[in-house]
Amino acid sequence: MPARTPLGKARTRLAALAGALALFVSACSTSGPDTLTLLAHSSFAISQSTLDAFTEETGVTVEIIDGGDAGAMLAQAILTKDNPIADVIFGVDNTFLSRGVAEEITIPYVAPALGDLHPFTRLDPTNRFTPIDYGDVCLQYVNDGSLDPSTLFQDPDGSRLVVIDPSTDSPGLAFLLATIAAFPETWQEYWADLRDEGVLVVPGWEEAYYGEFAGASDGDRTVVVSYGSSPAAEVVFAAEPIDEPATGIVEESCFRQVEFAGILAGTDSREAAERFVDFMLTPRFQEDIPLNMFVFPALIGAELPRVFTDHATVADQPLTVEPAVIAENRDRWIDEWTAIVLR
Amino acid sequence: MRISWSRLGRASLVLVPLGFLTVFYAYPVLSILLTGLVRDGSPDLSPFRAVLTSAPLLGVVWFTLWQAVVSTLLTMIAAMPVAYVFARYRFAGKRLLSALLTVPFVMPTVVVATAFLALLGSSSPFGINLNRTIWIILAAHVFYNVAVVVRTVGGLWSHLDPRMEAAARSLGATRWQAFRTVTLPLLRPALAAAAAIVFLFTFTSFGVILILGGLTYATLEVEIYRQTVVFLNLPVAAALAIVQLAGVSVILWLYGRYQRRREVELSLMPAESVAQRPSTWRQRLVVGSVAAYIGVVAVLPLGILVARSFDTGGSGPFTFYRTLTDGSGSTAFVSPLEAIGNSLWIAGLATIIALVVGMAAAAVVAYRTGRASRSFDLLLMLPLGTSAVTIGFGMLVALDWPIDLRAHVILIPLAHALVAIPFVVRLSVPVMRAVRPQLRESAAVLGASPARIWREIDLPIAARALGVSAGFAFAISLGEFGATSFIARPDTPTLPIAIFRLLGRPGTLNFGQALALSTILMALTAAVILLVDRLRLGDVGEF
Repeated sequence: MPARTPLGKARTRLAALAGALALFVSACSTSGPDTLTLLAHSSFAISQSTLDAFTEETGVTVEIIDGGDAGAMLAQAILTKDNPIADVIFGVDNTFLSRGVAEEITIPYVAPALGDLHPFTRLDPTNRFTPIDYGDVCLQYVNDGSLDPSTLFQDPDGSRLVVIDPSTDSPGLAFLLATIAAFPETWQEYWADLRDEGVLVVPGWEEAYYGEFAGASDGDRTVVVSYGSSPAAEVVFAAEPIDEPATGIVEESCFRQVEFAGILAGTDSREAAERFVDFMLTPRFQEDIPLNMFVFPALIGAELPRVFTDHATVADQPLTVEPAVIAENRDRWIDEWTAIVLR
Repeated sequence: MRISWSRLGRASLVLVPLGFLTVFYAYPVLSILLTGLVRDGSPDLSPFRAVLTSAPLLGVVWFTLWQAVVSTLLTMIAAMPVAYVFARYRFAGKRLLSALLTVPFVMPTVVVATAFLALLGSSSPFGINLNRTIWIILAAHVFYNVAVVVRTVGGLWSHLDPRMEAAARSLGATRWQAFRTVTLPLLRPALAAAAAIVFLFTFTSFGVILILGGLTYATLEVEIYRQTVVFLNLPVAAALAIVQLAGVSVILWLYGRYQRRREVELSLMPAESVAQRPSTWRQRLVVGSVAAYIGVVAVLPLGILVARSFDTGGSGPFTFYRTLTDGSGSTAFVSPLEAIGNSLWIAGLATIIALVVGMAAAAVVAYRTGRASRSFDLLLMLPLGTSAVTIGFGMLVALDWPIDLRAHVILIPLAHALVAIPFVVRLSVPVMRAVRPQLRESAAVLGASPARIWREIDLPIAARALGVSAGFAFAISLGEFGATSFIARPDTPTLPIAIFRLLGRPGTLNFGQALALSTILMALTAAVILLVDRLRLGDVGEF
């Protein structure tokens, strides 16, 4: 009997294969003591040089996990809260804040720089979430002189407007909240009128902006639910350099969105996580935010790029709804809206 | 000694696919369903009542079913003439046309939707506005899936001996009678397989419905997404996922029953000798009109995208392509070009996994008879009919032990392989089954070992299926978006993810770059399919 039967040989092969696989898998996962994992939504962006500065300062490398859109990312964090897939989460906004707080996915942390942030961004008294940036969701219109911006929100024409389903994309929810904040008693009628006039509803911002908005596509809708910073992005990302955007923002329609970061409960790199949250509030990181994510820094005094001061809108009196009120009513409002507009 | 080797070999044929599906499909899906349906340690079935008593949710179930049936029928009808011409005729540009037809299959929905809205939306050059109607959904489903039918059915058809039909004709049958009584019955296994796959795809349709259908139309898949991601209502999401799985299982069971009654052993011929040059006017007309038809159905929507990627409004036609490399407006940290590299290695790995698992499974299904083998066959199709949200979130809940794979890059090719395996199996089984058992028996009588029989008889035949399967698996991985977007992944965007990210920002440059990347994705896919088709021709000679 030879020492190595074919079966034995096969076993050896299998073992070798398993070993190789394990080796490959562990070689690919770089998370070690000097790595911090950041779970972020797909729109997260920052300059590589900024992240490198953090690594130089602390010796900690930042790995980013793309968690999909903000809702999907938060759902992932909640489902894995007993054994988190990351150390820090970024991109929970004020419409989702209460869900994150209630599920206790993050631990309280008072960043030293908290006092230097715009007071209106500090929406979480439990300090489980630290404000990082803010921006406005507003109506954007084709600025060719044919539309009077002062009527576009108060007395809109549904046949010109394309909106976003609040149950599938966050700007859609923000605009629904804007109408609820502005017309607390009559928002249902407001939407019923829009429906009767033929308002167009699409599932996401992409479809609204690149599919239907006359200012950015072949579409025929001249008013769209978009961001206050969109005209600035239009200038930055013009195929042909332009000085003035061809669109404008209806300031009174703007709903304020604030985005937060938090340290995930169960992290084994708490100290590095705290340092990273602190780093996100430094001028270096904060001033790198606008041109990467097209939102505004939460830090008071952070310098804005020229194109932002010139073309991005941030409302003086934005519409807001308390996070707790949103949490309590969100599902009901969405159901009501769906019944009015879609059924 | 040899016997134990071959036993082990046979056992591993079963164990490899079974193990793969258990670990990467069944276990994650069960985990997430239990998370939704177990409350405080005891099962809670009230979500089912919530689903079955809600008129809107029942409406979703009904719509999901009928649109899938209609889409499947329309796709079959649209694909048959193409499959016929590809099987029976040789003509210049045939391979290119066949590759172009397959490209839509992998295009990300967001991009295809743009093309469809341009063609059939409010600014349609034909004056047809189908935006937000059921028709544009059905048209998009046909556009996406025609290649599945052409490749599955055409693959078999091109090896059927045309003399069988000729014999029927010479005995007085009309053209139609000969097709109906001779060819059609022989094609039935492939027809059923193609229909089953198209049905599963349209039954679980997500992006097409969401983007083109507006919100008046929602499938189970869309509703599972809303319940999971928006409302975090895992119980109802789990109940809906089970309803979806039940629907898929019924269809697969019907398919299995049908297939069992239709098993025929075929004598296949090399495709070379089946296809002929169109010689009469009538034949030229048939070939010409099918080519024109492909032009309208596949090439026109794609052509619009390509044309727009060069339409920069005066700053030189290559602006969008050039800026992909110089980093201006690059999303996040990864240059859009790096996404090409990611897509290629991920697709390569996914193809290898899908081939290893899929060919093993196909061998089991093809060579073993009996109830167990048939159930196994159907089980393999199940991932195609399961919600990507369910699988993605299931992996997240389940795969943290013994190795934490939840946010590991290897999960992307594994998820892609899960989608590709059913294709590998469906494409390979008919070819493997077509091997006559007498061939193997004679080899055994002549003293060949089982391993040698496998190597010298089965392998060369399987190799043909391997080529087609590899191409499809690679293309599926290149274009996969749904599952990829629902798993937490380290920052290694594939092409569709990079395109999606670019589309998430305002500005003509971002939109243009998204179209440029889409064009690159199309070219890449077409190249892969052309290459594989060429490789395959070499193997046919051995037949």
